[in-house]
Amino acid sequence: MLDPQGKVVNQTLKNMGYNNVLNVRQGKYFEIELNETDKEKAKKIVEEICKKLLSNIVIEDYTINYK
Amino acid sequence: MKSSVIVFPGSNCDRDVAVALKKFQIKNQMIWHDETNLPKTDLVVLPGGFSYGDYLRTGSIASKSKIINEVIKHAKKGGLILGICNGFQILIETGLLPGVLLRNKKLRFLSKNVFLKVINTDNQFCFNYKNRDIIELPIAHNEGNYFANDELLKNLENNNLIAFKYCNKKGNIEKNSNPNGSSNNIAGILSTKKNILGMMPHPERLIDPLLSGEDGSILFKGLLNSQ
Repeated sequence: MLDPQGKVVNQTLKNMGYNNVLNVRQGKYFEIELNETDKEKAKKIVEEICKKLLSNIVIEDYTINYK
Repeated sequence: MKSSVIVFPGSNCDRDVAVALKKFQIKNQMIWHDETNLPKTDLVVLPGGFSYGDYLRTGSIASKSKIINEVIKHAKKGGLILGICNGFQILIETGLLPGVLLRNKKLRFLSKNVFLKVINTDNQFCFNYKNRDIIELPIAHNEGNYFANDELLKNLENNNLIAFKYCNKKGNIEKNSNPNGSSNNIAGILSTKKNILGMMPHPERLIDPLLSGEDGSILFKGLLNSQ
């Protein structure tokens, strides 16, 4: 899957002398505050949000971290 | 023939396409994205522009608008939908057309005229191009790099669902005439039932010989005669 922005960042890093960089992919980062105390329920909601809106699952993967 | 142009915050080709529809005697109404009711219509047009400032992904926020549920119902009933540029991006995000539109390969906003080969004239949008299969239309986009995996490409090619491909002046479909890196030079695709067309080039900008040309007129003239 071509990621033109990641490719340019990768090339720039190589030009800067970071020859051990193999690959770069660029993505997005979201901070979501939920009004939900049940962790399992919260997970389910965020999972749904990721699938329905935040990511395009045709081209993007997502991972979720909880605080 | 009645049409509805859906207007989103950030649409900027909505009035151009309304002028084009009116010029070819199609009765048009403008529909604000927040409406929950789609008046009786034969054709829905999703216009070009930068809906919601291209936030998140191009077309993604617009694809969750209230009116979109009605647009999906219209599609399921076999109604016609034309998505131009940002409209194509919205159709993809809605899931009414397959694949994805990535950033242009060279990371540049492109604004220029391109040559197109009309691949499928067996649909209500393009049948008027039967006698003129190499046309010139403008493109103006940053995310027009159509990507489909091998399986989808095969499906599109085998079922004749590709409407337009980028080509050179002579109609040869080659790498050098691909402005944005699209898979197989694809510039526009049709839904399985061929009632939905999504395309990156702007036919509404070529409807007047005094200003530009008439390669876009052919599409709108065809629409009037299609029902």
